[in-house]
Amino acid sequence: MALTKEQIAQRIAKELKDGYYVNLGIGIPTLVANYIPEGIKVILQSENGLLGMGPFPVAGKESADLINAGKQTITTLPGSSIFDSAMSFGMIRAGKVNLTVLGAMEVSEKGDIASWKIPGKMVKGMGGAMDLVASAKNIIVAMMHTNRQGESKLLPACTLPLTGIKCIKKIVTELAVLEVTVNGFKLLERAPGVTTEEIISKTAGKLIVEGEIPEMQF
Amino acid sequence: MNKIYKNADEAVADIKDGAVLMLGGFGLCGIPENCIAALVKSGPKNLTCISNNAGVDDFGIGLLLQQKQLKKMIASYVGENAEFERQLLSGELEVELIPQGTLATRCMASGYGMPAIYTPAGVGTEVAVGKESRIFNDKEYLLEYAFDADFAIVKAWRGDADGNLVYKDTARNFNPLMAMAGKITIAEVEELVPSGEIDPNQVHTPGIYVHRIFQGKNYEKRIEQLTLTK
Repeated sequence: MALTKEQIAQRIAKELKDGYYVNLGIGIPTLVANYIPEGIKVILQSENGLLGMGPFPVAGKESADLINAGKQTITTLPGSSIFDSAMSFGMIRAGKVNLTVLGAMEVSEKGDIASWKIPGKMVKGMGGAMDLVASAKNIIVAMMHTNRQGESKLLPACTLPLTGIKCIKKIVTELAVLEVTVNGFKLLERAPGVTTEEIISKTAGKLIVEGEIPEMQF
Repeated sequence: MNKIYKNADEAVADIKDGAVLMLGGFGLCGIPENCIAALVKSGPKNLTCISNNAGVDDFGIGLLLQQKQLKKMIASYVGENAEFERQLLSGELEVELIPQGTLATRCMASGYGMPAIYTPAGVGTEVAVGKESRIFNDKEYLLEYAFDADFAIVKAWRGDADGNLVYKDTARNFNPLMAMAGKITIAEVEELVPSGEIDPNQVHTPGIYVHRIFQGKNYEKRIEQLTLTK
C-alpha cells in the first residue's frame, strides 16, 4: 500500500536526532512535527523569525502577531526565541539548521529541485526555498512520486524553473525512500506492500536498485 | 527635534508618484495598516513597493493593488492575492521575485551601509541570470545589491518619542531591517510612549533610524490562517 501523507511525515520523522534544529516547509513537511520521536528534543525553526515553534493555539489564545512561515497561527515553546528575517536566513545560510524538509514539484537524478513556478500557469514565488536549498547541508524532499497526471516527479532533469541545483540528498514519497547519489537515485526502502517494479515504472530518472529492497519500518 | 506625527495621513503626505517604498510585514503579520490606508487615500501612483508579500485581495498591499497604485512589486512570495496574479499575467504590474533571505539581507545591507552582499541563494536558477558571481571556498555566490528606498514604512508594537522601536513576536520579521533602510523611515506603533519609557536594553530598532513616528489606531490585525489545536 502506498503511504498516506501522514505516513510520509512519520517516516521522515525517523531521521530526526536529539538536538536537531529543523526547518519544515509547507504541506507534508509540516506534518513531521506531529511525529517527533519521544525522548529527543527537536527545535523547529520558522523562517519568518522563530526558533522553538510550538503547536497551534487553543481557541481564544490565537494571536495575529504569532504565525509560522505558512501564515498559520502558532505558539512558542519554553526556550524559544524570536528574531528578524535577516538573522533567520543568516542562521540558515551559516549551516546552523541541521535538517530542512520541503516539498517539490520535480527532483532530478542530480539532486536539482523545482518547486516555485509553472510558467504561464502559476507564479507564487520562491519564498525562502531558494535560500534553504542553497545552504542547508541536509535536505529531505517530501512529495508524491507522480503528479496529478500520473507522470513521474523523479526525472533525469527538471523541466520546470529550478529552485536550486545539486542540493537534494534524500526523497521520501508515498512509494519509496530514495537517496540522490552521483550515479542517480538509489532506492533504499519500499512502502509496505509496494513492489520494486512499481517504483521502477514510476521513476523516470536513473534508478539504482541493488539487491533486495527492504520495506520501511515505522 | 520632533519625530512625532499626528497620524498616518500626515506621516505619508509627501509620498509622491513614482516613490520607492519598503513596507514591513510577513503575510498580514506586522504590516503598517494605518499607512497603507493613508496611501490609498492620498493616492500616489506608479509606486515601487518592496515587501515580502503582496497582501491579500482586500487587505494589506492588496488595497494599493486594487487602486492600481503600484508600478512594480519586489517580493518573495505572492501566492495569496488573485488581483496581484491578474495584474502580473496581464502585464500591468512589473514583478521581481527574489529569494526571501536575499530580500531581508539586501534591506540589512542598506541599513548597515554596505553596498552589496554575496549569497548562494538562486545560484543555477533564473534568479542568477545577469548577475555577477564569485567562488568562495569552492562554492558559488551571487552578488546582490543593497536596496535604495525613498521611504521605509514599518509597524512596531511600542515606540517612544525618540523613535526607538520594540516589536512583538513574529510581527518583527522584516520591520527592523526595513526600518534601517529607508532614506526616510516612518514607524506606526500600537503604543507611543514618552522618551525614557522603553528600557534601552529592550530596544530592537534604535531611534537614529526612525524619522517619523505616530500612534496608530483601529488595528484590525487580520489573521490570514486561523489554525487551532482542538
